[in-house]
Amino acid sequence: MIPAAFEYHVPTSIAEATALLTRLGDDAKVVSGGQSLIPLMKLRLATPRHLVDINRIPGLAYIRQADGVLQIGALARESDLEDSDLIGTRYPILADTSRVIADPLVRNLATVCGNLAHADPANDHPATMLALGAEVVAAGPNGERRIPVRSLFTGPFTTTLAPDEIIVEIRVPAPPARSGGAYLKLERKVGDFATAAVAAQLTLGPDGACQRAGIGLTNVGATPIEAGRAERFLAGKRPDDAVIRQAAELAAEESQPTSDLRGPAEYKRDLVRVLAARAIRRALERAGGGR
Amino acid sequence: MRVEVTINRERYASDVEPRLLLVHLIRDVLRLTGTHIGCDTTHCGACTVLLDGRPVKSCTVFAVQAHGRELMTVEGLEQDGNLHPVQEGFMQEHGLQCGYCTPGMLMTSYAFLRKAKDPTEDEIRLAISGNLCRCTGYVNIVKAIQHAAARLRQGGT
Ligand SMILES: Cc1cc2nc3c(=O)[nH]c(=O)nc-3n(C[C@H](O)[C@H](O)[C@H](O)COP(=O)(O)OP(=O)(O)OC[C@H]3O[C@@H](n4cnc5c(N)ncnc54)[C@H](O)[C@@H]3O)c2cc1C
Ligand code: FES
Ligand code: FES
Repeated sequence: MIPAAFEYHVPTSIAEATALLTRLGDDAKVVSGGQSLIPLMKLRLATPRHLVDINRIPGLAYIRQADGVLQIGALARESDLEDSDLIGTRYPILADTSRVIADPLVRNLATVCGNLAHADPANDHPATMLALGAEVVAAGPNGERRIPVRSLFTGPFTTTLAPDEIIVEIRVPAPPARSGGAYLKLERKVGDFATAAVAAQLTLGPDGACQRAGIGLTNVGATPIEAGRAERFLAGKRPDDAVIRQAAELAAEESQPTSDLRGPAEYKRDLVRVLAARAIRRALERAGGGR
Repeated sequence: MRVEVTINRERYASDVEPRLLLVHLIRDVLRLTGTHIGCDTTHCGACTVLLDGRPVKSCTVFAVQAHGRELMTVEGLEQDGNLHPVQEGFMQEHGLQCGYCTPGMLMTSYAFLRKAKDPTEDEIRLAISGNLCRCTGYVNIVKAIQHAAARLRQGGT
């Protein structure tokens, strides 16, 4: 399959890249990992006249923690998350997520920032970033602004990013002590998008009650869904079995699945209920020091 | 556009359209036909090559993106007439039937075994999960990779 012809641009700085995007307008697309965009171009579902390849911009491939914030640069690949000790030890929910995205070969190119920018409701990282309360740094012609992931997605494949803005970094507030998170996904086969998936990130107080709960849902709506009612229900409560069951029930109610090849809507809603309870339990184990 | 790449330690230069896919540069322009095209949809892994040491699906990279970078294809495994341990493993354990997926399997296994010295069967199966084989049922492929891992531990290269 041969994509439609395009002009290729290789900026070497963010400023050059955003200036190009401003000049080229709607006809231009950023390419980072290319693992979503190039398949679409091969099928001619996308026919951008210009590609702005950000892969030659130096200094964007980082994963680091500074000033209490985990920072993931625009050229950090999914496989870099899997290989990172920082992610493995401090952010197991992110390691869980990367590991179930596509397959190892795709993950060697796919970027975490691209996973958010693409805004496919089936993508896995948005739900996790919602649960973590992350924000993205968007660079545009007039400088940088920060967008909470909560207000990034407006519909399938659409975001509040302007066409000449680039996500240069994802920022995750470092979880306090006694925090834990987990991402659980059901897929039909290895490398498939989720039938449904749930991200849960919890912080426990000294009394064992939930101080903060973040819950995100994948592929059960037109956008990734933050299960706000489940989050508020958990806050301030000791998460015993009855509380977990009730929270999972609320998350299922907040999901908006539709029937498709992966299954009927009722099945997916029930799947959210089951996965949410399991993800909350695993998050609690990890908050208590378990793996 | 001008594309210069190093493939299997040799330098190649060509003028290409930006929309040329890397797999077509390798197969059609440079005539290294060991790399296969299976699905053409980023699913099967038959087109796997190493880009700066990491296995990627070359049907989902533009040739111009590889400019100045280092590639390795299945042709680069054999050295001075000696099969690489992963090739030998696939031969000894009969890790193939039609052989269509084999170049991709070999490249993924080669990169995997540089990191994993003594992998479990589960780790091997995860590592090759982006490479589909429609013939073998994977059992002999796993054995082939275990064979290669053992050979590499004994000091193969
Ligand atoms: C076979 C297969 C299976 C897959 N399975 C899954 C899966 O299970 N779960 C999952 O989450 N994903 C899956 N993916 C998608 C994959 O993870 C994507 O690569 C990823 O979602 C997008 O990242 P990318 O860096 O490749 O983006 P690209 O393909 O380069 O870009 C995607 C879109 O985002 C825009 N964009 C990219 N980077 C930026 C940026 N920094 N700033 C602004 N805009 C940007 C581009 O303009 C484009 O519109 C799969 C892909 C394949 C091929
Ligand atoms: S041909 Fe590239 S993944 Fe199948
Ligand atoms: S040997 Fe035939 S596809 Fe693998």
